[in-house]
Amino acid sequence: MSQSATTEHSVAAAGRGRLTAHLARLEAEAIYILREAAAEFERPTILYSIGKDSSVLLHLAIKAFAPCRMPFSILHVDTTWKFRDMIAFRDATAERLGLNLIVHVNEEGLKQGINPIASGSQLHTHVMKTVALRQALDRHRIDAAIGGARRDEEKSRAKERVFSLRSAGHTWNPRQQRPELWTVFNTRLGPGESMRVFPLSDWTELDVWEYVAAENIPLVPLYFAADRPVVERNGTWIMVDDDRLPLNTGERPQSRRIRFRTLGCYPLSGGIESDAATVEDIIAELRESRFSERQGRIIDHDGAASMERKKKEGYF
Amino acid sequence: MHGAAAVRGAQKSLLRFFMGGSVDDGKSTLIGRLLHENGAVADDEFAALMRDSARFGNSGQPVDFALLVDGLEDEREQGITIDVAHRYFSSPHRAFVVADTPGHESYTRNTASGASNADLAIILVDARRGLLPQTRRHAVIAHLVGVRHFVLAVNKLDLVNWDRAVYDEIVAAFREFARLLQLGSLVAIPLSALNGDNVVAASANTPWYDGPTLLSHLETVDVEAEQSATPLRVLVQMVLRPDRDSRLYAGVVAGGTLRRGDSVQVAPSGLNCQVDRIVVAGEEREQADAGTSVAVGLDRHLDVARGDILVAPDRRPQVADQFEAHLIWMSEQPLLPGREYLLKVGVRSVAASVTGVKHRLDIVTLRHEPTHTLALNEIGVCNIATAMPVALDSFADGRRTGCFILIDRYSNATVAAGTVDFALRRGINVRLQTLTVAKGARAALKVQRPCVLWFTGLSGAGKSTIANIVDAKLAARKRHTYLLDGDNVRHGLNKDIGFSDADRVENIRRVGEVAKLFVDAGLIVLCSFISPFRAERAAIRAILEPGEFVEVYVSTPLEVCEARDPKGLYAKARGGKLPSFTGIDSPYEAPEDADLVLDSTGAGPEALADRVIDLLVTRGMIGSDGAG
Repeated sequence: MSQSATTEHSVAAAGRGRLTAHLARLEAEAIYILREAAAEFERPTILYSIGKDSSVLLHLAIKAFAPCRMPFSILHVDTTWKFRDMIAFRDATAERLGLNLIVHVNEEGLKQGINPIASGSQLHTHVMKTVALRQALDRHRIDAAIGGARRDEEKSRAKERVFSLRSAGHTWNPRQQRPELWTVFNTRLGPGESMRVFPLSDWTELDVWEYVAAENIPLVPLYFAADRPVVERNGTWIMVDDDRLPLNTGERPQSRRIRFRTLGCYPLSGGIESDAATVEDIIAELRESRFSERQGRIIDHDGAASMERKKKEGYF
Repeated sequence: MHGAAAVRGAQKSLLRFFMGGSVDDGKSTLIGRLLHENGAVADDEFAALMRDSARFGNSGQPVDFALLVDGLEDEREQGITIDVAHRYFSSPHRAFVVADTPGHESYTRNTASGASNADLAIILVDARRGLLPQTRRHAVIAHLVGVRHFVLAVNKLDLVNWDRAVYDEIVAAFREFARLLQLGSLVAIPLSALNGDNVVAASANTPWYDGPTLLSHLETVDVEAEQSATPLRVLVQMVLRPDRDSRLYAGVVAGGTLRRGDSVQVAPSGLNCQVDRIVVAGEEREQADAGTSVAVGLDRHLDVARGDILVAPDRRPQVADQFEAHLIWMSEQPLLPGREYLLKVGVRSVAASVTGVKHRLDIVTLRHEPTHTLALNEIGVCNIATAMPVALDSFADGRRTGCFILIDRYSNATVAAGTVDFALRRGINVRLQTLTVAKGARAALKVQRPCVLWFTGLSGAGKSTIANIVDAKLAARKRHTYLLDGDNVRHGLNKDIGFSDADRVENIRRVGEVAKLFVDAGLIVLCSFISPFRAERAAIRAILEPGEFVEVYVSTPLEVCEARDPKGLYAKARGGKLPSFTGIDSPYEAPEDADLVLDSTGAGPEALADRVIDLLVTRGMIGSDGAG
């Protein structure tokens, strides 16, 4: 069978004609991984960050088990500094899909007054994300946390396995990763160990957007360009999402047409000036883009190889 | 995304490839070059790359592309690649996933990981250095894990003045190697990754070369043809129950094409049925091709579970409990024939052991060398036995049903990757003879429950002393016993084996089988063996019925044993005259939850023996007094 015949055939078989051969393959592989996670672990849980990757992951998890219900709980680690739109979207999504949503906040961190402004992004991220995630995984005895991380996001992620072992204490040892052969996954855990599972490992940012377009997946409005109140910090636009963001003397919020390529805590998420107001616009913009996705992420730049260090400590 | 863009996109396919070759031959540079020329390096990444090049760069150029892919801190500081990294780029015709793999031999397991999902392998050679052992190793590994398409990229030709003779010589040497190995398709390309010659654009420096550039070959090579020709195999991952009466079997089409209305057979059970429903990602379909994740409805209720395979009735897999396989050994602990590992093939896990190693492969000469074990990074051919029959294909026939991993039951480490050569039929013909007098009847005659009392501990711990006293006490109670002692069996049953790790495993395996026969005969069997490895003790527990294996750990510490040294063995071992002596230069793995722990520093052997008797009474193996 010639290559073009195979491709046409796959598209025709897709019935919808929407997914390319390439996206259909990525979808099938992700579903295989999600089913392995469901079959091999006692309390597999989707780590839901409300962003586009999490939304695609959730969509795939629902499809993987259709017409049955998805067998995963959904965990959101809330730093209390997420955009208000994100929280509203999270709750609406949980309601719409009937999800078993667990929201975890590091209450001790909150009591100590840790926040991204006074404490700095490093300490805030460590206490309210990394430590908080470890707390939640322990409290709910989650043996497999399924995340939407992609290998194309960042260099240390490029090295990660699909089924990635965490030792007791949730640390990652990149020098001693288990070999991962074919799609025969070694899912065995020793006492205290847990697994991170990344079904979107081989997806790129563009794949995610093209899949969102093909499948009509709802997303947080912050991904789409709109006039938003912002201040300029370190060459990036920070949105004034509520009155907790202290303004420097003489600094006044201005309105700019911006959107976000990644979402996190609002004081740490830089927006980009853009007119891309639809998924199609964003795909067109991405094809032209000369900047990487995590460029707006302040926390990734806290030091050379900073993502690797955070992951060794248990950051997702 | 509609109209023209969608049509263009619909033809776009995915190619996964593997980048192999020796350290310093320029693998990371070539990948960096491919990424950069396909616009996959963003401006901020490029800026970071310029900064890093000044700090860590080894190429002597303002931009060291290798730093784009070496992501781990250790890697950047040492200038080497430790683990496989995946990078992504796209041309108008194809999306590409590159697995960049370590050049160093010590990271072979990561190399195999990177190659195992690749459709194609690029084997990179430095024109100045020619084929190195690691070049050959990567070609062998890629071939072994199933890659069928190869590119020989002869790099750094600029450093030999684009000398065609150098190129031709390397290509001829590799073609000969490929012929011996029966490698799949092979295309050779002369290039300079650093300068970009023949990577994306054809080079003016190679007028003598009229083949494709690397990228144009990657864009057009057809890797999909063979997949659809394989026989139907659907790996069942789990059972979905949409309602009380119906079942869907969720899994993946690992080979062939699944069509509604097809007659299929369930392997290994051999039951026949018809496909009456195919659901793909929530939508009803008429058919599904290889690689598709499906949920399958059958026309009748059958016992189908995770690990079963739906197959074409006229092209069935082998169902076997013994087969020959190639193994890549990936653990620092060498392969121990006879030790029980967990074998995972497809989504099915089963206990298995290597029953014999036929030979080891010399990577450079491809010669077969005799051996009885495999060490880290070695490749060999072995016979494997599984605890129960499994459905499998030879790897040449079914990529996903003919490959497996071996897992250590204790560390949970993946210790080997394997591919099935062929099933051995002789296992199926050896059937167990059913005996008329059953085990329970023999035990009842002796008014006792048979068991194995397994005394483990260091040499000189007091195992044999205590076991002898227990034996005498049981005899006094008119119980039927037999004592197997380490030193005694080595004069007869096991006089043909020595003290290497592999021999110790075999020693204990035989004793376990003998003990099992004696238990079958209704006896209480006392075994006194150092038996240093957890895995072997667990293997004996596994061949006995639940509760029959009673592990007694005589926990006397090494210093005490050495001070006692009743046979003078510790002195010899310390003097270097007794290699592989447990506790000195060979490990002892203490039981994690022994049935009984006896500390001979706190009590005499008589008192300790009484504790064993008490345990037998408590467990109901014997009566509470001499009356049984």
